Amino acid sequence: MTLLPEKTEKKLGLVIDLDTCVGCHACVISCKGWNTENYGAPLSDENAFGAEPVGAFLNRIHSYEVTPVDKPAHLVHFPKSCLHCENAPCVTVCPTGASYKRVEDGIVLVNESDCIGCGLCAWACPYGAREMDPVEKVMKKCTLCVDRIYNENLPEEDRVPSCVRTCPAGARHFGDLGDPNSDVSILVEERGGTDLMPEQETLPVNKYLPPRPKNQMDDTDILAPYLEPIANEPHGFFNWLDKTLDGI
Amino acid sequence: MKDQPYIETSPKVSDEIKKTTCYMCACRCGINVHLKDGKVAYIEGNKDHPVNQGVLCAKGSAGIMQVNAPSRLDAPLMRVGPRGSGEFKKISWEEALGLAVEWLKPLKKEAPEKLAFFTGRDQSQSFTSYFAQMFGTPNYAAHGGFCSVNMATAGIYTMGGAFWEFGQPDWDYTKLFILFGVAEDHDSNPIKMGIGKIKERGAKIVGVNPIRTGYNAVADEWLGITPGTDGLLILSLINILIKAGKIDLEYLAKYTNAPVFLDPENGLILKDKNDKPLVKDRITGKVCAFDTKGIQPDLNATYRVRGATSTTVFHDIITKYLSSEYEPEKVAKICGISAKKIRALANEIAKAAFEEVFELPIEWTDFRGEKHKSMKGRPVSFHSMRGVSAHSNGFQTCRALHMLQILLGTVEVPGGFRFKPPYPKPSSIHPKPHFKVKPNAPLDGPHLGFVHGPEDLALDDQGNPVRIDKAFSWENPMSAHGLMHMVISNAYAGDPYKIDTLFMYMANMSWNSSMNTSGVMEMLTDKDDKGDYIIPRIIYSDAYSSEMVAYADLILPDTTYLERHDCISLLDRPISEADGAADAIRWPVIEPDRDVRGFQSVLVDLGARLDLPGFINEDGSPKYRDYADYIVNHLRKPDIGPLAGFRGDGSAEGRGPVNPKQIEAYIENGGFYVSNVPEEAKYFKPWNDAYQDWAVELGLYDSPTPYIFNLYSEPMRKFQLAAEGIGERLPPEHLKDQLKKVMSPLPIWYSTEPDNEEKCEYPIHALTQRPMAMYHSWGSQNAWLRQIHGLNPLYVPTKIMKDYNLKTGDWVKLSSTHNSITVPVAEMASLNENTVWTWNAIGKRKGAWALDPNAPEATKGFLLNHLIHELQPKKDDGHRWSNSDPVTGQAAWFDLKVKLEKTTAPKESQPSFEEIKSPVGIGPKSISWKVRS
Amino acid sequence: MHPAPSVIIFTTLSGLGFGLLAFLCLGYPSVGGIVGFIFFAIGFGLAIGGLLSSTFHLGHPERAIKAFSQWKSSWLSREAWLSLFALALSGIYALGRIFFEIDLAIIGFLSAFFCVATVFATSMIYAQLKTVPRWNSGITPITFLAFSIAGGALLAGQISIALPLLALSGVIQIVSWISADKAFSKSGTNLATATRLTANPNEVRSFESPHTGTNYLLQEFVYKVGRKHSAKLRIIGVILAFGMPIIFLSIPFSHYIALVAIIAHIVGMFIIRWLFFAQAEHVVGLYYGKR
Ligand SMILES: Nc1nc2c(c(=O)[nH]1)N[C@H]1C(S)=C(S)[C@@H](COP(=O)(O)OP(=O)(O)OC[C@H]3O[C@@H](n4cnc5c(=O)[nH]c(N)nc54)[C@H](O)[C@@H]3O)O[C@H]1N2
Ligand SMILES: Nc1nc2c(c(=O)[nH]1)N[C@H]1C(S)=C(S)[C@@H](COP(=O)(O)OP(=O)(O)OC[C@H]3O[C@@H](n4cnc5c(=O)[nH]c(N)nc54)[C@H](O)[C@@H]3O)O[C@H]1N2
Ligand code: SF4
Ligand code: SF4
Ligand code: SF4
Ligand code: SF4
Ligand code: SF4
Ligand SMILES: [Mo]
Repeated sequence: MTLLPEKTEKKLGLVIDLDTCVGCHACVISCKGWNTENYGAPLSDENAFGAEPVGAFLNRIHSYEVTPVDKPAHLVHFPKSCLHCENAPCVTVCPTGASYKRVEDGIVLVNESDCIGCGLCAWACPYGAREMDPVEKVMKKCTLCVDRIYNENLPEEDRVPSCVRTCPAGARHFGDLGDPNSDVSILVEERGGTDLMPEQETLPVNKYLPPRPKNQMDDTDILAPYLEPIANEPHGFFNWLDKTLDGI
Repeated sequence: MKDQPYIETSPKVSDEIKKTTCYMCACRCGINVHLKDGKVAYIEGNKDHPVNQGVLCAKGSAGIMQVNAPSRLDAPLMRVGPRGSGEFKKISWEEALGLAVEWLKPLKKEAPEKLAFFTGRDQSQSFTSYFAQMFGTPNYAAHGGFCSVNMATAGIYTMGGAFWEFGQPDWDYTKLFILFGVAEDHDSNPIKMGIGKIKERGAKIVGVNPIRTGYNAVADEWLGITPGTDGLLILSLINILIKAGKIDLEYLAKYTNAPVFLDPENGLILKDKNDKPLVKDRITGKVCAFDTKGIQPDLNATYRVRGATSTTVFHDIITKYLSSEYEPEKVAKICGISAKKIRALANEIAKAAFEEVFELPIEWTDFRGEKHKSMKGRPVSFHSMRGVSAHSNGFQTCRALHMLQILLGTVEVPGGFRFKPPYPKPSSIHPKPHFKVKPNAPLDGPHLGFVHGPEDLALDDQGNPVRIDKAFSWENPMSAHGLMHMVISNAYAGDPYKIDTLFMYMANMSWNSSMNTSGVMEMLTDKDDKGDYIIPRIIYSDAYSSEMVAYADLILPDTTYLERHDCISLLDRPISEADGAADAIRWPVIEPDRDVRGFQSVLVDLGARLDLPGFINEDGSPKYRDYADYIVNHLRKPDIGPLAGFRGDGSAEGRGPVNPKQIEAYIENGGFYVSNVPEEAKYFKPWNDAYQDWAVELGLYDSPTPYIFNLYSEPMRKFQLAAEGIGERLPPEHLKDQLKKVMSPLPIWYSTEPDNEEKCEYPIHALTQRPMAMYHSWGSQNAWLRQIHGLNPLYVPTKIMKDYNLKTGDWVKLSSTHNSITVPVAEMASLNENTVWTWNAIGKRKGAWALDPNAPEATKGFLLNHLIHELQPKKDDGHRWSNSDPVTGQAAWFDLKVKLEKTTAPKESQPSFEEIKSPVGIGPKSISWKVRS
Repeated sequence: MHPAPSVIIFTTLSGLGFGLLAFLCLGYPSVGGIVGFIFFAIGFGLAIGGLLSSTFHLGHPERAIKAFSQWKSSWLSREAWLSLFALALSGIYALGRIFFEIDLAIIGFLSAFFCVATVFATSMIYAQLKTVPRWNSGITPITFLAFSIAGGALLAGQISIALPLLALSGVIQIVSWISADKAFSKSGTNLATATRLTANPNEVRSFESPHTGTNYLLQEFVYKVGRKHSAKLRIIGVILAFGMPIIFLSIPFSHYIALVAIIAHIVGMFIIRWLFFAQAEHVVGLYYGKR
């Protein structure tokens, strides 16, 4: 099981739009809620009301400042969860086979009853996508909401990950990135979606859509005809006004 | 090769779903509460709900940690230790209510004004105000005065509605969206959804904000404005647009008071004998009422009155704003934005408004009888909130922003800004303030409202304020939401008079909702010569162990939001969207496991025990069983009750007799009700016959009320006239100059900066922002949310970091004229160079919220509030002016100026306070929460 | 990385233990009876003690048996099997030696092979991790093997072998530090590749962490040793682990001196292993603006 499947039937994953994410953490808490009540042990919190709370979360929102020399700095909110890598190092290092990549859809999962909590998979993941549950002491990671996306007890439109369903800005997209004609693949194509840390050769399935160029207005030609003054003082303005009104 | 473990991919999600309304903020989204074994297992957004359409924010999803929070109060409490200690004994409800009646009944009989009832972040104001009105006290308001009254009031006076709950950008069509001073807003999820829509269409977003986080971070353009100068920027944009002729003349002529004549003698509006403003018809040249059928009002007309020439409002606007003082080159330095950039923004606006015009093929008829083949759209929209309103020039700045929208012709047009029913609603049809006290009798009408001139002020015969918060006085005439932030300091000072009982609900006044927090704690605990507390009695209702609990004498513990009935009513602060009027309920989806009661039901009970009219039947028996009973059976006017949906036999909308099964019908419908605005009524609402008729039918208006926008505000001119010494009721001498200036009937900008000396000594602006994943003080008791924001550094711009040789993690002493705090700093690059800021209300008092006293919230977190005083430092005239907007009394949180010094790290952020004794203990060590697998 | 005591004890002791066993199984020294018993006991004690200590790191040690299942792909699983072979075979060899004074040479040879292979597998657990550039290098197994063999020689009292091996180990360690110090920047992973927000890593900085408190990742992967500290510790480590033993072994032999040399070596190795973990920077730290 710790061997990676040669090929998966689908490559289900997320596409995250960094141009749209407002950093609200809605997806973080929705994920925590769903995955506490569903797959595996609840995501626990130690020192929940104490000085140093440590909880397990499967999705976290970072934020970065991009500081180009010649343009104003700008801030980017940056959600991060498991990228369901095709070449997942977290899987191959696992000594117990608890970590595996599903053949049918490429989802990387931890079978908690096999997990010895050695932490090696988290060591192997470059993205920080795995967190040890502080109470249950098994490895936790994004399940791509495997118990939602196929769940026949949910209305069809709700068969998407919890984080995707809840994202108020619509910055998270879910689909089959193995199918070049899927909505997500088209989006990635159009917007130049990228891999995180490509040099780690993990071949992430999840893609990130970069922020669109900012601060373009600085280059607007200020002599644009729209603002050609028609009057600099009230008298001139009222002359113009009368002419214009007559034209209406 | 498929030796994978079997996993259940289709587990049963829950036993049942109950649909109700979120309470984690004032956005009031619809939620599906999944229950297993009768316990809350998972909360998600309700897809059918008009507000959130299925999405849910972090706070909403964390509701499960809120309803199970260890900080929940579990029984009525009576204070046994000194105030502020947190020492209480548990008492029964009978004892608690008995005590309240013992305190309140004599007041009702003899001096109802000695009860001050202020209800904070109340979502049932139409009910709580009704209680206060029936009690007879004039001293009632909710939190609006310290929150966003500038925004609400400026909008209603100018155009019959404002941003926020009153209206929204036309997310589906707008091509340029400009956001002034918003971090999160009340419309939390809808704004995020709207931004998502705009992004999907590739339209443009401009953020005007000193700080570039959140919405501003995803904005395509960012103007890192100097705080308090938006008004000037807006007037400069107006200057450029007027010069370029990029204003919508047709719109101005038809839908605004631009063509209305002003009396050359006193600047009041010329009216006919029916009190209707006069305009000149361009076709016939006749002067007539603005709403005469078939006329085309002339923007540039003149009219001879009493031997002088009267000109139009438009004339005044042009002459005023073409002035060189508003040229971008003149304002650039003050606003901290280059002239080039201001022009570029004007350019973008002009381009979108005038080059991207489009039409929706919807026919409609206006109030002058003109039939329109289509609806013309101008796809520029704006939104704004506390960044603009929480300054002492906020009212006028909001007015300026509305003027800009109106000059562009983008209000109530496709692609622009749209009202949400019951808005539009002009200020003239809102009630006026009522304040006539008669012992043992109800007040003569609702407390809060809109004044239209000095005659409406809440003053007694000597000209003294009647209300404890001095709302509707010369100091802040248009204080439509009251001034909750002044209640404690006025009550303490006995100015204008002493009160007996302060009764508060849902407001953490000894902590994050007060300015001068340490001072407020002293006022609440200070005693007179006889050893009695200066504020004799304090009753408070909270659901959780907040900082304020420790300062009350009697605690009426509330339920959580999933354990009670609530009503989000069109009479109050509804949840409508532009396409429909909507209201909603909450209902007990779980039963409380503690000795707590819904506060509204407690008020229903108290009202009956106090024999308040409206709460008892003729035979003196209680009129309502509880709040649910009130929601269903109360009638405000014939056929109009708290809920608009499913009236009568269940099919009547808006108006209709009581339906005993109304709550069941709401529950059936997902907890809400929407009445959709008909297609032909969707835009141009204030002037659109179809909308007016629909609104009357629904009960939003009594009769069709078309009106024109008030670019020129006559009520303001009336106050200005009084300050000039004209009229029957005149302001006191020391307020005259201020009133003359700030009550300008056309929008102006004035600086919020202190006079020069202080300006140099305290050169840096200090702000707060709401974190999206926290709600004021009460997110910290939530085990999930507090891990995201458990402490708050002071964010300092790169330049100041360098100037003061600071590194992230260093500590500084931050001082204002009033006080100083010592706090950790962190660097931020995308920030106005002269501004520092922090997240709001993360700092906590030790012992509150069932947190460990060593929690980072209490040791490293801090409040900026310690630096902000409710009064400004003494001015040259010897007065300490209130730190609020002189028009509305809005608390000027964001006028704060500071200086900083690097310092060594103290053990804890300063000031730090003694631990209060927790009435609920400390939460459990670990949480591993699962109802059932 | 968090220098967890259990893992430091494990790598240090089991490395020494397997090194010693390897020498014993090859007949250096060729001892039997009570002396042999003591030698083997020390070897097994260290190896098994180290292995046991490593299970303290596990969340569910009771399921440790499952760790044998994935030898096809997992170095940890391979290490488990190899150590089992190594212990079993050297156990047989030791029995022969101690109780029967016989030299099962082939088994001894195989035992030694598996002992060394176990150490190699251990080293590969770390060396394979691309996420920790400091470890992700051929030098990592070389250091592990060198230390194990040198330490084994020292414990086995093979002074003539130990001396050059200790010296060599010292040199390897120093060379490894020189290259490892550059490894992170040479790895090509930086905040720019981590976020893809710009091509220039100097133009992006972490603004706010996703959470103000700590979490598993920060506790496990982000550990900062003061610069000055680490330089000092390196010197002390090398002197204790290699320098002192070399000096002590170069002076006329006495059991006490040998004991001091061994203790110095072990203490030095603990320091070196502490540094091995404490100085290792996981790329995930980049996301937190930390390394
Ligand atoms: N520095 C600074 N200070 C500010 C602001 C700022 O921007 N900067 N903003 C100001 C503004 S706009 C506002 S609105 C105020 C908000 O400040 P507050 O009005 O104090 O708001 P909350 O912190 O939400 O606290 C309300 C109280 O309601 C209680 N509560 C929560 N749920 C329930 C319930 O179901 N029933 C009852 N009975 N009680 C409940 C909470 O426990 C809490 O004690 O803060 C103001 N203070
Ligand atoms: N998550 C969450 N949502 C909330 C709340 C909460 O506590 N948490 N509170 C609710 C309440 S009570 C309110 S009142 C609303 C308030 O919602 P917002 O209006 O978004 O209030 P703030 O977070 O105070 O943000 C004020 C913004 O104005 C900016 N600003 C300050 N001064 C100026 C200025 O002079 N010019 C400009 N252009 N910008 C300026 C600040 O940088 C900040 O971004 O949010 C509501 N929604
Ligand atoms: S992101 Fe990390 S945990 Fe997820 S598959 Fe890739 S390596 Fe494994
Ligand atoms: S922690 Fe669990 S899942 Fe991860 S490598 Fe160890 S056994 Fe496998
Ligand atoms: S897909 Fe599911 S498990 Fe993964 S981050 Fe989203 S909500 Fe969490
Ligand atoms: S919910 Fe959406 S917008 Fe909010 S942080 Fe997550 S991805 Fe970003
Ligand atoms: S915005 Fe969030 S907290 Fe506010 S009502 Fe909606 S879901 Fe609840
Ligand atoms: Mo507010």
